[in-house]
Amino acid sequence: MPKTIQLFVTCLVDAIFPQVGRDVVEELEKNGDKVQFPQEQTCCGQPAYNAGRPEEAAEVLIHNLEVLDRTEGPIVIPSGSCSDFMIHHGPGLVSSETPERAELARRVAGRIREFTSYVVENRTKDEGGKGSKPDRADDAPRVRAFYHPSCHALRGLGLRREGESLLESVGGVKRVEMEDAEECCGFGGLFALEMPEVSTEIMNTKLDRLEEAEVEMLVGADAACLMHLEGGLRRRNSAIQVLHIASALASDRPRPEDHRISTS
Amino acid sequence: MNRPVTFRQRARQEISTSKPEAVGRAARRFMGQRQWAVDDFAAMEETRDRGRRIRLHTLANLHRYLDRFADSVERAGGRVLWAADAAEANQMIGDLVGSERSKLVIKSKSMVTEELELLPYLEKQGHTVVETDLGEFIVQIAGDHPSHIIAPVMHLTRQDVGTLFQERLGTEYTDDPSSLTQMARRHLRRYFLTADVGISGVNMGVAETGSIITITNEGNGWLTTAAPRMHIAVMGMERLVPTLADAAAIVEILARSATGQRLSVYTNIVTGPRRAEDPDGPDEMVVVIVDNGRSRVLGSGASEILACIRCGACLNVCPVFREVGGHAYGQVYPGPVGAVLAPGMAEFEEWADLPFASSLCGACREVCPVRIDIPKLLIEQRARATAENDPFRWMGPAMAVYRRAGKRPALWKTLLGAGRMAGRVKKKGEWFHHLPFHTRAWTESRDFPPPATRSFRQWWKENRDGT
Repeated sequence: MPKTIQLFVTCLVDAIFPQVGRDVVEELEKNGDKVQFPQEQTCCGQPAYNAGRPEEAAEVLIHNLEVLDRTEGPIVIPSGSCSDFMIHHGPGLVSSETPERAELARRVAGRIREFTSYVVENRTKDEGGKGSKPDRADDAPRVRAFYHPSCHALRGLGLRREGESLLESVGGVKRVEMEDAEECCGFGGLFALEMPEVSTEIMNTKLDRLEEAEVEMLVGADAACLMHLEGGLRRRNSAIQVLHIASALASDRPRPEDHRISTS
Repeated sequence: MNRPVTFRQRARQEISTSKPEAVGRAARRFMGQRQWAVDDFAAMEETRDRGRRIRLHTLANLHRYLDRFADSVERAGGRVLWAADAAEANQMIGDLVGSERSKLVIKSKSMVTEELELLPYLEKQGHTVVETDLGEFIVQIAGDHPSHIIAPVMHLTRQDVGTLFQERLGTEYTDDPSSLTQMARRHLRRYFLTADVGISGVNMGVAETGSIITITNEGNGWLTTAAPRMHIAVMGMERLVPTLADAAAIVEILARSATGQRLSVYTNIVTGPRRAEDPDGPDEMVVVIVDNGRSRVLGSGASEILACIRCGACLNVCPVFREVGGHAYGQVYPGPVGAVLAPGMAEFEEWADLPFASSLCGACREVCPVRIDIPKLLIEQRARATAENDPFRWMGPAMAVYRRAGKRPALWKTLLGAGRMAGRVKKKGEWFHHLPFHTRAWTESRDFPPPATRSFRQWWKENRDGT
């Protein structure tokens, strides 16, 4: 039975990286499921919440909860951070409003699934797992790709293997490990503007590690971390390509020119 | 005043020095050792749970346990003094040391005495104070400040220490850690033998027995508390546990989280002064219990931070701390724990930007031995800061727009359209190198992508709407 999936695309993907959203839709509909996009959605509210502005955050969150509550089926979000916020922080944030609001937040939170975990759980047996997609040839050169686990997916939702295994299933890619792999990229939402020098130092440590490990492609599931890291890589004139996991999946063999996460 | 007043300013200053590199290396080494120690201890997770319960229970009943602790100390022959703030604590300790002549005071490691600025106070009274913890000793002869709650000189390399000893102690230059330790040891030995007063910190006070527990690796704590005629223990008022069995549970998780040791080299339990049958020990033992803002924290939304057992793991794992070191935090308690504690204990406004010194990556919550949800506390302190005296007032107008548009899809769409216009100035694939006003902070070090010429929702409307 084909399912109906609601897509909460995130403000960043909507405005800046729409190709990621299209790749997410393509991946989710591969098995015949149907994606719907509730068009009244805006943003989850996390930017305001993390900046210490709970009132602004609650208003924006509640609007989006109401929009999503009018739909049915799982809500897939291509971001560990937005998912973690709506699942773990949203109910507490709006609980001071009214009991109905708290119930609304919990009801919607119960339907939310982060993209990589949803895909892994819903892959049919024959397509899941490592090396399921045939490489052109065993000895063909493979792109050295690192999967950045992103803090809120990793520590908020407990996800890491999900994204890694998806990356491993992409043809032409060799997933590599590196030092301090789980360390933050330094983005941190508005932290990047409030404490730009510190944010940059953390980012540079991450970029140095990528270069030391001779990574050729950086893949992740949070467009915000990737935007921050790609911004730094571009400033360094680095050859490392940056790709959202949905875009990596969208192509059997990633074609870097086409798939660099950027405007389309 | 030339002193930098914001975290950002101090961080910028620290980044320009060699300190962060030393800090990053040492902090990562500590975390590697911690991982070994945690993997090595099968009961780690349940002991963390138990430690958390013990600490939260103690805080919830703090007055009762403080009374019980004071009774127990007195029963063991010690005295207890209560200090409301730093000025009172310093005066009390100054009176205990006495003013009839210049005294020699030796001191083992304590963060509370740093908080009180006790050393300069006693020195001003004409006493000689010698730090006996190796790290604190280095800090003292360098005229520096500790940068970490358990590793005061994390910001220095062994080469730095070698040069410092050469300059201040007149020793021959070496950067061999064990030779340097021997030099400090030889230098300090004579003070241990002749000191009038020993001042120590307290890792834990045990309410049922009136014991104080100090956890050290160098043995100087033992000598400081036992050799001089008088022992003054300075304790933050939240440092209690109900029983010795509770203390044992905390000991199990403390050293493992801090230095990755199963146990530190010395875990000393001191109960009262020397008894008739004891071979040694001080004639007098006084515990000075210090509030200095802790009651304020206890009565605030951030009270959970007082459950902290001062292991320093949240500092070691913090990406911000690793890049800027402890001095950027501007006061005694650095890292994630300090960013919650400092604004709560002191004048909130003065330290209101510290809770913003975090990317909220959550690594601190993951390693905290008593599972304090530090990111949540940081977010709550941020909310308090923006409500009382916003350190980032310039963000206000943008937030007002966000608030309005975030619940009005039509307005949101209009804003996306405006962003698109701005994006049109860029050729496909090109990113911005310069952004205006406050967003310049981004492009000082990073390119920024232009908004898409066709947003996702627009693509959806054109291609998928009605499907």
